[in-house]
Amino acid sequence: MPKWTMIEAIRDALAIALRDDPRVLVFGEDVGKNGGVFRATDGLQAEFGEARVVDTPLAEKAIVGTAVGLAMAGMKPVAEIQFLGFAYEAMDQIAAQLARIRFRTQGRFTAPAVIRAPYGGGVRTPELHSDSLEALFAHTPGLVVVTPSRPYDAKGLLLSAIRSPDPVIFLEPIRLYRAFREEVPEGDYEVPLGRAAVRREGSDVTLVAWGPTVPVAESAAVQVASQGISCEVIDLRTLAPLDRSVLKASVEKTGRAVIVHEAVRYAGLGAEMAASIMDLAFYHLRAPIERVAGLDTPYPPAALEDAWLPSVTRVVEAIQRVMQD
Amino acid sequence: MQVYRFTGDTKPDQVLNEAGEVVGSLPDNAADLALEWYPFMIFCRKFDERAQLLQRQGRLGTYAPFRGQEAAQIASFAVLRPSDWVFPTYRELAGMMYHGLEPVHALLKSRGHPDSGRMPDGLRMAPVQIAIAAQILHAVGAGWACELQQTDDIAVAYFGDGATSEGDFHEGMNFAAVMRLPVVFFCQNNQYAISVPVERQTASPTIAQKAIAYGVEGIRVDGNDVFAVYQAMRYAVDRARRGEGPTLIEAVTYRLGPHTTADDPGRYREAADVERWAAAKDPLVRLRLWLTRQGLWDDARQAACEEEAEARVRQAVAEMEAYPHKPLAEAARHVYAEVPEGLALDLAERGKEAR
Repeated sequence: MPKWTMIEAIRDALAIALRDDPRVLVFGEDVGKNGGVFRATDGLQAEFGEARVVDTPLAEKAIVGTAVGLAMAGMKPVAEIQFLGFAYEAMDQIAAQLARIRFRTQGRFTAPAVIRAPYGGGVRTPELHSDSLEALFAHTPGLVVVTPSRPYDAKGLLLSAIRSPDPVIFLEPIRLYRAFREEVPEGDYEVPLGRAAVRREGSDVTLVAWGPTVPVAESAAVQVASQGISCEVIDLRTLAPLDRSVLKASVEKTGRAVIVHEAVRYAGLGAEMAASIMDLAFYHLRAPIERVAGLDTPYPPAALEDAWLPSVTRVVEAIQRVMQD
Repeated sequence: MQVYRFTGDTKPDQVLNEAGEVVGSLPDNAADLALEWYPFMIFCRKFDERAQLLQRQGRLGTYAPFRGQEAAQIASFAVLRPSDWVFPTYRELAGMMYHGLEPVHALLKSRGHPDSGRMPDGLRMAPVQIAIAAQILHAVGAGWACELQQTDDIAVAYFGDGATSEGDFHEGMNFAAVMRLPVVFFCQNNQYAISVPVERQTASPTIAQKAIAYGVEGIRVDGNDVFAVYQAMRYAVDRARRGEGPTLIEAVTYRLGPHTTADDPGRYREAADVERWAAAKDPLVRLRLWLTRQGLWDDARQAACEEEAEARVRQAVAEMEAYPHKPLAEAARHVYAEVPEGLALDLAERGKEAR
């Protein structure tokens, strides 16, 4: 089995999807000849042709808006927004159009498009290139919001996303693109949407993370293990709709929860997770739920981002606080 | 330095002038077309007037009248096949009904019924779009799909003059032009975006000329002239079917009623202006003049036709009022392919409320 980075796994998923289904087409800015600014689509145009791997004009609204029309008309568009911060340009098409076609038409039309976008910080990008906007999409009924934290999941989740009957916002953590390699099967396989994964079993504290903060939570769990604290690490993978059963089972066991995400804390998904845990397992809680998140400012310039992002140290401190209660 | 300026004629193409005289080239089967269109225009006019009255009576919610624009709509839809993709706004009900939407269905949107968005199975017609210009990009995507699927079906985006100020219009025109997609951009310039006149939407003398900047063809046509609209649309649709790319059509028309039942046009336009359009340019008057001159129409036919239209409107209203309620729980099934657990639990908790 080859050992691949996440970007290689994503590229392989796209190639498999293009080969598997003639309705699939991949498009966006620089995805063709250049192979994508992160090389996620490298070589795909050469293999599948200019009609199926398409360089579009620089127009985020049009990229999403045409994906809506293509999907309604029976194609399987996989559109790329070059960096998630530029999805603001396309928010009407994502939230008011793509997400609502099925409901608006009461099932007469659907728009099962995939919108892929790199996101998250830690790689010293210019402004708007590192924003974590998952809460905007998770707050929009009709969208499935997915974010992998490792190469194996990235490939299997992307194949599931492309074959999903619902529109999927597929968020790829930039800093995990090439962070490590993992054995990834060469063939076709799917990782189901809507299912969280337990990355590490534990009995004292549930750490809930997704995308770029999963390795942060895992590192914190390793650190506190030496202090005798046993953490269960949950990688949500699908942010909407939420896998409630994994959260419930885990917090019922541990009685404590720390939620870790990069997006700003206020009205972030951590608040939703905390509320969900209250709904699902309130009487099992032994301590107030902690959130470790980005600061409530716009994503900062590169020189400040290390201080801004949730660090292993801050997660460890949060774990220690919930253990004191 | 070379300075580019639009120097073209702003006069729209015409086939029938305001007196109903032929000043251009009629389509081959003009008489047959007119005899099909004119009674339908009468029905649409009565439908529109009745819908506005129903809103005043509280039997219908917000409604966007289209009267004055029947020619632009019916004659352009007449060129389309059921397999073509159509992306309309909330002001295209006349054309949509001509294309096959049942009148009862056309009333459901203003009724607030969730099924209003469920277009008939045989038609590739999107539900009416509320966000200005958003549907233009969907048409470009659907046109792209037609090309990839190697059919000669095409896609049409309907929109108003206000939509040409939106980014979606520019991105859509540019995208379709660069990719040479089979799309017709059909703008009904009805002179007002709610209260703001077209002069405040664009500084260019026409909307059609915007096509030049995108490298596509633009046509400015008298939107109250059925034959001129039909000829322009046929030209654009044929081009698209042949793979020659998109066309922008500006149909110059006038909204005789308010923007919706929620505004009072007396605040923003002169009664004399409305009167001028109503008296001299009304598309129904013009077509009737021509039909009468051809010996194809008379007062007796008019009376019979109006009576028939009236009965059809009554029938639609009765069907609308008898249309079955759809409970929230049933409508909510269509957010995702499968109902998510959280939503299902919420619905179960609400129990009867959701019905």
